[in-house]
Amino acid sequence: MKYTLAVLVENRPGVLTHISGLISRRAFNIESIAAGPTEEVDTTRITIGVEVEDEFELEQVVNQLSKLVNVIKIANITYVDSIQRELALIKVRANKANRSDLVDVVEIFRAKIVDVNRETLVVELSGEESKIDALCEVLTDFGILEIVRTGRIAISRGPVPAKDM
Amino acid sequence: MKMLGAEVVIECLKAEEVDIVFGYPGGAVLTLYDALFKTDFPHILTRHEQGAVHAADGYARATGKTGVCFATSGPGGTNLVTGIATAYMDSIPLVAITGQVGVSLIGKDSFQEADICGITTPITKHNYLVKKIQDLPCVMKEAFYIARTGRPGPVLIDISKDVFNDTLDFVYPETVCLRGYRSLFAGDSSQIDLVIEALEKAEKPVIFVGGGVNISGTSQDVRKLINLTGIPVISSLMGLGCIPSDAPEHLGMVGMHGTYAANMATIDCDLLMGIGVRFDDRVTSLVQNFAPKATIIHFDIDPAEVNKNVRADLKVIGDLRWSLPLLCEKIAERNVTKKQWARAEWVGLVQEWKREKPLASSLPAGGIRPQTVIEKVSELTQGEAIIVTDVGQHQMWTAQSYNFNTQRSFLTSGGLGTMGYGLPAAIGAQITLPEKNVILFTGDGSIMMNCQELATLADNGLPVKIIVMNNQVLGMVNQWQRMFYGKRYSYSSTKGCTDFVKLAEAMGVAGLRVTKPEELNTVLEKALKMEGPVLVDILLPETEDVLPMVAPGGRLDQMVLRGIIG
Repeated sequence: MKYTLAVLVENRPGVLTHISGLISRRAFNIESIAAGPTEEVDTTRITIGVEVEDEFELEQVVNQLSKLVNVIKIANITYVDSIQRELALIKVRANKANRSDLVDVVEIFRAKIVDVNRETLVVELSGEESKIDALCEVLTDFGILEIVRTGRIAISRGPVPAKDM
Repeated sequence: MKMLGAEVVIECLKAEEVDIVFGYPGGAVLTLYDALFKTDFPHILTRHEQGAVHAADGYARATGKTGVCFATSGPGGTNLVTGIATAYMDSIPLVAITGQVGVSLIGKDSFQEADICGITTPITKHNYLVKKIQDLPCVMKEAFYIARTGRPGPVLIDISKDVFNDTLDFVYPETVCLRGYRSLFAGDSSQIDLVIEALEKAEKPVIFVGGGVNISGTSQDVRKLINLTGIPVISSLMGLGCIPSDAPEHLGMVGMHGTYAANMATIDCDLLMGIGVRFDDRVTSLVQNFAPKATIIHFDIDPAEVNKNVRADLKVIGDLRWSLPLLCEKIAERNVTKKQWARAEWVGLVQEWKREKPLASSLPAGGIRPQTVIEKVSELTQGEAIIVTDVGQHQMWTAQSYNFNTQRSFLTSGGLGTMGYGLPAAIGAQITLPEKNVILFTGDGSIMMNCQELATLADNGLPVKIIVMNNQVLGMVNQWQRMFYGKRYSYSSTKGCTDFVKLAEAMGVAGLRVTKPEELNTVLEKALKMEGPVLVDILLPETEDVLPMVAPGGRLDQMVLRGIIG
């Protein structure tokens, strides 16, 4: 089963080492991890996508992460009505002959072209992981040179922030 | 008042009521050692950093206070690693302070530089790298707070050399501000009502005590619980001493080398109440077959321990100093007799197991039985000594045969199983408890792993009595090779030129030797009466096994009770 955890941590040196160290030591199966600053200067939010066997394993992940001194709060937002997004930048081969086909695909996916040159272009897309996967599959026909993805981030709908969940 | 960073460290130690530090100097901590010198702060120089950290650990286990050790950067820090991991596995409060290279040299692969914070992240409760002197007082305060509160554990503070030399107007913070750290004391008391309901329904209840009781110092509460209910008790290795080993309710240690009665009771019970235990694999064996018929109740301070290895039907999360008195109070309120709590029929059955198959030896008559050595020491010290062990067969024999009476009287590396732990840990314990008999049971393998500390022992005039159970093999390895590897004794013999008596004497420790059974009592009596440190080298037969034994992956009631000799 896949779960999404919003982990609020103190923005101190070494905090990512502690988190990644714990994940590898306990052999937790992490799908994605994305960290960035928040509305509070001294707080970092890490969205962790985790794949576990059952609720007991999830409880272990949450309890073990909670023990880290710099972890302030963990909210399981899997079952909360939430918006989940990932950003991808994809560099695709594009020449005079197929460029307009590419533009069509990009439009269908409501993606953006953010760089063009004679041989390639870079597509930017944000959305749920499945949407990005789908675009990547279509673009394979054109020849993908490079993909970079941020890993998913998530926020709940409605007024309650993760720190108050 | 302006103060050097090194002096700030000493002032913080004083504020935390630290009375002694174990350590080893070096380049990055020269200023710190200079401050020790100037302030005359008590410090024990060990002969290896590993000795320092184990000594601090032994000090902490024997008293419940936080142990402190110092080491320099690079190899100084990395030599602490085994000791920190040992303390982490057994939840021992420890603050390790290491020097780090100058701030501008960090990350440049400088001389004696090691990323000790990175290295110790998985084996510390928390760690810090201090690069600015302004952070130092706060970090020191937090480190001690984290090490000793909640589930205790080791904290490492890595301090750059520049910080020791910098100056600061020193004020020690009175409180800590840790947004993400909660040290839980009281939990949900309604869970305790549910526990009592379950106890009332149970026909075959068992109480399982562990290291958490020793750490929290709640053996009196456990004893009260047993007095009130008469429920049979089993103990983990780390739980020994919580109740007297010879108490009628005590069935002994459970697990791979547990007693017949304790293991049978675990398989047969319908309620198992774990108190401060973590259901280690050496206890449970194959976890699916552990207490298969039982409702599992788990008392622990650490929520992450519940459902980690064994699924609990009921959990009481909180400090045992909160939960156990409350449990006793609520039990006392019920109008239920001891016989009704413990169930006479069940008590009869477990007592029969106890009588039927007491601990056995596989040795033919003639040689010195290792169990006899421990029983004799137990008798001579009346179970009142601080017993320290290394790791291996002698450790299990000590756990099985010594009559423990008090909490925190058995210091052993349970979780990590660190050979070489014993001697320095005994040093730490003896320093803090000078009036106590401190006795180290060790093996011919283990003693060599930190034998340099014989010098520390002698030079500080510490009267630790070392008993080397010398069977000239790495006994536990040998036993497994005998039982599971077709008697192919691959590199498990230590037969050679080493003379432990001479080794002891060379470092200033008196040495005695026992080679025949008839010498045993006299020599042990003599050794225990001697002032100062003594090492007794006892020559034992090679092939004694630790029994009973549950083969790895076996069920607890499938014990090997007789050994394979040859």
